[in-house]
Amino acid sequence: MVKTFGSKATRFGFGEGLVELGKKDNKIFVLGADTVSSVAINEFQNNFPDRFANVGIAETNMLGMAAGLAVAGFVPFVSTYGVFASGRPWEQIRTTVCYSDLNVKIGGSHSGLMVGPDGATHQALEEIAIMRCLPNMTVLVPCDVIETKKAVMAAAYYNGPVYIRYGRESIPIITEENTPFEIGKAVKMKDGNDVCIIACGSMVYEALSAAEILEKEGISARVLNIHTIKPIDKDAIISAAKECGAIVTAEEHQIFGGFGSAVAEVVVQNCPVPMEFVAVQDTFGESGSPADLMVKYGLKDVNIVAAAKKAVSRK
Amino acid sequence: METAGLKKISAAVRKEILNMLYKAGSGHPGGSLSAVELLVDLYYNHMKFNAELVNDKSRDYFVLSKGHVCPVLYAILAELGCIPKEELDTLRKIGSRLQGHPAFDKKIPGIEISTGSLGYGLSIAVGIAKGIKTLKQNNRVYVLMGDGEQQEGSVWEAVMAASHFKLDNLCAIVDCNGLQIDGEVKDVLNVNPVAEKYKSFGWNVIEIDGHNLDEIDAAYTKAKTFKDKPTMIAAKTVKGKGVSFMENVCGWHGKAPNKEQLEKALKEIEKSQSDF
Ligand SMILES: Cc1ncc(C[n+]2csc(CCOP(=O)(O)OP(=O)(O)O)c2C)c(N)n1
Repeated sequence: MVKTFGSKATRFGFGEGLVELGKKDNKIFVLGADTVSSVAINEFQNNFPDRFANVGIAETNMLGMAAGLAVAGFVPFVSTYGVFASGRPWEQIRTTVCYSDLNVKIGGSHSGLMVGPDGATHQALEEIAIMRCLPNMTVLVPCDVIETKKAVMAAAYYNGPVYIRYGRESIPIITEENTPFEIGKAVKMKDGNDVCIIACGSMVYEALSAAEILEKEGISARVLNIHTIKPIDKDAIISAAKECGAIVTAEEHQIFGGFGSAVAEVVVQNCPVPMEFVAVQDTFGESGSPADLMVKYGLKDVNIVAAAKKAVSRK
Repeated sequence: METAGLKKISAAVRKEILNMLYKAGSGHPGGSLSAVELLVDLYYNHMKFNAELVNDKSRDYFVLSKGHVCPVLYAILAELGCIPKEELDTLRKIGSRLQGHPAFDKKIPGIEISTGSLGYGLSIAVGIAKGIKTLKQNNRVYVLMGDGEQQEGSVWEAVMAASHFKLDNLCAIVDCNGLQIDGEVKDVLNVNPVAEKYKSFGWNVIEIDGHNLDEIDAAYTKAKTFKDKPTMIAAKTVKGKGVSFMENVCGWHGKAPNKEQLEKALKEIEKSQSDF
């Protein structure tokens, strides 16, 4: 059994982090887009109404306003569902925020298939790809509510645009207050040397569970939690490739251009080893319960186990 | 169809919406219930559309821009025989054609395009209407939007395009129920006076009570007579209409009723029908 400390939705880590930041720093400004309670920024609104604005259902305007607030000296955080935080205002993010390297922090909530019954329109599965391709952008995908809070706190004082991807559903808590968090630094969750499972977000828990299954079958799996997709921790990936000789990536995201691709870019340039990818296979999601969807789309520990065996067999 | 018949169908549609959402365990009752009369009259008395005409080149088109209220559309399509009624029970379940937001790839007769991201439907409708004009056909194009949805800038790009291209075959309906997710539209980000805005952008605007079937019917009829300008029907409605404890309550935007609430709601709808 993977050691957990209860479970909670990562969006609450985002909200709690903002409230803490708001208390000590009056440069923190938060913008919402008619999804304020759903993405858990309502506490910030209640505590700091002067440094909060609901712009309505107008995400492109929200990103433009955030850019302006950054120019005016604030550290603006915006948040809404991931599809509407990353996709809808993508070119505002590219040309207005990133090109000018503005201090805008984007909270993409409701990521992944686990959004569930709302279906494909609301299941953000592309943000890692479309955010990490942008110059100056930093991309964070924390693995639980505690790490999400740390990511928010760190993002506030990390220069330039930052995208933080988190979710609506309750997921297991697998880190503790004192687990180190530094932007750009991978966290080794478990040691091993036959294969390395490199995961982000909700899939870190599945990776840990997969490693336990593999252990019983005599395969020693290392588990790396890479919460910073960009700038990615090259050293940790290169060591994993050299020491384990096979890599599996796991993400609740499209297979093309996302997290697995980011890891593969490092692997092929530095130490090519067999790699397998656990991800959504170039298809849209659908309505259903989060648990059913994760099974149907192959995002469970058993899928990682199968991928790990395949990678090991290719050594 | 006469008003009495439309009222009956509206009541049946309301009950189906509530049953569907109860079985799904999630979804959007408020904005579905506010749009019932607007869509029932449209489908039964005005749109050239039925189960046989689904792929007919001469059919009228409907785009559900506020895709989250698809239960009202699914219920009407079921009434019209485009969806088997039993299938309504599968709403939002894995493998179902009845997605939480309308999905084109599920090939449901009457769903012309996928929607669910707000602010896109009017542009789509403008495109269809422009295409129809180019083909020199006479089909009409209808699109339903929310009043909160008017906050999306893309809506206004489409508003300009529709009048610029003189799309008199286009009729937009704005369901002015006054509420969105975070509160009243006027408090979150005021869009009013929305009718005046459309007028100043070159549209014909008809303001009606969106639950009064006679007013609705007259508005759709009148819209067909305007030349060279698109028409917007600004329909004053009540979010959650027909269920006392849902009416004008923001919390019922995106929440399914439980068993007890469902039964209470169904009783109220039945009672209002027998009163009538
Ligand atoms: C682009 C986009 N942003 C946010 C949402 C989330 N959302 C779903 S419904 C809704 C409120 C809609 O309010 P309104 O248009 O007034 O519709 P109604 O009250 O009739 O339900 C929001 C913000 C969305 N679906 N699409």
